[in-house]
Amino acid sequence: MIELGLPPFLLLSAFLFACGVACLAVKRNAIGVFMGVELILNAANLNFVAFARYNPAFRVEGQVFALLVIVLAAAEAAVALAIILNFYNNHATVDVDKADELRG
Amino acid sequence: MSLAVALFAVVALATAASALGVVLSTNIVRAAVWLLFTLIGVALTYLLLGAEFVGAAQLIVYVGGTLVLVVFGVMLTAQGPLRALAAKPAEWVVGGLLAAALFGLLATLALGPHTPPATQPGDEPLPGAGPLGLAFLGFTDVQPDARITGVPDGVVAKRTPVAYLLPFEVVSVHLLVVLIGAAYLARAKRRAKA
Repeated sequence: MIELGLPPFLLLSAFLFACGVACLAVKRNAIGVFMGVELILNAANLNFVAFARYNPAFRVEGQVFALLVIVLAAAEAAVALAIILNFYNNHATVDVDKADELRG
Repeated sequence: MSLAVALFAVVALATAASALGVVLSTNIVRAAVWLLFTLIGVALTYLLLGAEFVGAAQLIVYVGGTLVLVVFGVMLTAQGPLRALAAKPAEWVVGGLLAAALFGLLATLALGPHTPPATQPGDEPLPGAGPLGLAFLGFTDVQPDARITGVPDGVVAKRTPVAYLLPFEVVSVHLLVVLIGAAYLARAKRRAKA
């Protein structure tokens, strides 16, 4: 594994990040936007673990922060979907272009 | 080409293709399925990197928890036309250009000369669940020979042992708050008009 080097992992992470940003830009469904956020978080997490592997000073830290990010992403998912469901109950749509007021 | 390189090539290609599928599919249900494959691919990449515990946590929490939440959200809100909300072509152009520019910038940086080289000739495994749990409690031993990237050779950078107990507690309290908040937000309301 060590002969592979760090750059391939950074490239994969950069690609995931770019896909996430594109997702944020082109999706009109609020859940699609949320999927873009998940992609971006995964890209950052991949960087954490890759640096934990290839930089001996961060062997523990990289994994610790990756775990914290995974847990916080789960919490963020719960709140985001609760807000989306609430918005859907009030407005009967999940189009982010129509979400200029949150109060129904 | 060794086995590790071949495995990484397969997993990385599958992950990247699924991530592209998330972006390009206009049907939100299909995007959720592509996201499932992307998350599994990222978990496999963690396993390839030797971080078994993080890979398992990714599979359990992300694939088993977060994605089920997303699918429930899709099922509860996807009604007819909402299932395939398409963006305007101009938005596709702008978003694609933005993403391509970001990817170019990050790829240039990753392949450039400033990326820290793999300073470790050995291939010893990453700390598993036991050392990670001890690190959360503060019983971590920092490798004395571990060099910090960016510190010149002559300078000895002493690292003090760090405990992650406070972040752990903050995250646990955060989870409790989020649980209550999500239950409050998503509760079944009686409509005033009905």
